[in-house]
Amino acid sequence: MRRLAQSFLAVAFGLALGLSATWIAGENPWEVLKILARGAFGSRENIGMTLFYTTPLIFTGLSVAVAFQAGLFNVGAEGQLNLGALAAAAIGALLPGLGWPMAPLLASLAALAAGTVWGAIPGWLRARRGSHEVIVTIMLNFVAVGLSTYVALYVLKNPESQNPETRPIGLAYMIPRLGVFGDAPVSAALPLALLVAAIVWVFLRRTALGYELRAVGQSEPAARAAGIDATKMRILAMAIAGGLAGLVGVAEVLGNAGKFKVEFSPQYGFIGIAVALLGRNEPIGIVAAALLFGALHQGTRELDFSTEHITSEVSLVFQGLIILAVSAEPVTNWFRSKPRINTDEL
Amino acid sequence: MAMISQLLASTLRLSTPLIFAAMGGMLSERSGVINIALEGLMLMGALGAAVGTVATHSPWLGLLIGMGAGLAMAFIYALLVIPFRANQIVAGMAINMLALGLTPFLCKMLYGVTGSTPQISYPEQFHSAPLYLAWIVVGLCWYLMKFTPAGLWLGFAGEHPEALEAAGIPANRIRWLAVLASGVLAGAGGATLSTFLSSSFARNMAAGRGFMALAALIFGKWRPIPAALACVLFGFADAAQIQLQGVKFRGAEVPVQFIQILPYLVTILVLAGFVGRARAPKALGKHFSTANERE
Repeated sequence: MRRLAQSFLAVAFGLALGLSATWIAGENPWEVLKILARGAFGSRENIGMTLFYTTPLIFTGLSVAVAFQAGLFNVGAEGQLNLGALAAAAIGALLPGLGWPMAPLLASLAALAAGTVWGAIPGWLRARRGSHEVIVTIMLNFVAVGLSTYVALYVLKNPESQNPETRPIGLAYMIPRLGVFGDAPVSAALPLALLVAAIVWVFLRRTALGYELRAVGQSEPAARAAGIDATKMRILAMAIAGGLAGLVGVAEVLGNAGKFKVEFSPQYGFIGIAVALLGRNEPIGIVAAALLFGALHQGTRELDFSTEHITSEVSLVFQGLIILAVSAEPVTNWFRSKPRINTDEL
Repeated sequence: MAMISQLLASTLRLSTPLIFAAMGGMLSERSGVINIALEGLMLMGALGAAVGTVATHSPWLGLLIGMGAGLAMAFIYALLVIPFRANQIVAGMAINMLALGLTPFLCKMLYGVTGSTPQISYPEQFHSAPLYLAWIVVGLCWYLMKFTPAGLWLGFAGEHPEALEAAGIPANRIRWLAVLASGVLAGAGGATLSTFLSSSFARNMAAGRGFMALAALIFGKWRPIPAALACVLFGFADAAQIQLQGVKFRGAEVPVQFIQILPYLVTILVLAGFVGRARAPKALGKHFSTANERE
């Protein structure tokens, strides 16, 4: 309960500071807040766009959270989701004859597999070679961008486009859209994301394997003493984390674009870190936090059109401030424990 | 031949921002504070320098303002991770995000244009000074770490903060100074992006160079001179990649992406101990509290 309150406090703090920045820029913060809300929830279509941005954030938030639960920091969701999307698009481009439902199923599995492999690499390097997973995943993000750009430009290039993107996949690959949101590309990936969140919850809380994974995160020596193979659990956690991020490919390629576009992700992987933190690494919290960041992302797009001084990049300011507020959580404890006895004076 | 000298010249130019940022990162990380925020600090420096140069018509004053902008952002970072004990990775990512959003926001506020500053005219740009300055900084860092008590304290703050504290020197104060200095240096690195390598600030102009400096730092095993040489190596990869863009070899374009990913790949290999072994400072990323704070 206290942690929930702290999350709310962090959001309030981030929003307040961000809105003050818009005030300094010469806008009325109350108006800005109204435009944000209208942009995110003002019409069916806007709600749809908010949910469209929410979907990948659920996957990346879960990805970061599963790694966190095992005591690892997955900064590599951005790379994992790029390769996941590339794999889904590659299956679609290479096997155009496949029919429904084999087509989307195979492409989804490819996205899952590509992400899993890309997550398992830093997991293995950490568990077996002691390389810090944070640095390795950051480096692997750049490697993934380079590799996927190469494939999009030279191997599966879309001959009908000037943009760096792969050939379009067949219609049989596309998963159904949720029609109630007008033209917004909300697809079956959203219910899939919710289902996956539920599965992750069951896995972490109701299975022996999930328990062992969390035990390693709580205390590795204690887990080892209890006979848990910590090395294996670390690799497993990163592999699962990678797979979850890879599923962003389902939402983007099969639910929206129908191809892999270089730089399609507005940093879903990094925002996923914020989502996991704010959601306290619990699936239900992550879904809520993903909705918040999705709304923020969509809402600030509206700010770009409707105000004079603000660009859509301001969403990054809001997000950054909220993460800072979450990360500085010990501040609250620091203030609380202030009237303490200074042992030096005794 | 002309192509080779051009390649070398552009290698030196492109490694300049990396060297400044890597030296900043070196100070921070050797003192025990992970600095993933280098990217954001560079962005602030790039904007500060461009704004400063446009306003004062002097790249030197611009550089100073860029360093100040890096310092200001580093202050927020230090405040979060030292007294408030925020997770260094999380806070670093947040600083990067904040800088990425704040810089175009400030541009629009100052100039009414989204995401870029006015052009800096040719005589007001830097032409070669930062190139020498970068190596002077490397020399100073080397001297600091090798021959001065301050360098020794810095190293101890990152390896055995308790021992430093026992000797009567507050480890967290050393870390504060180191993180602030890293802001100044990364800011200077950013300044070279907007006033030396180009002639204005542009949105997201650091484009991953902060992370590349971090990679160079690790590749150089957290030591000043090897890290600077790694910057030159990565600068060379960048220069080669730019020169080869669009070049045809036996009728096919050279895929420059493989050169682009090379710095990151070799850094992973070093981290994994396949090519030498990179050992991070022992207390890197660990909060330090004095005995009476722990009560």
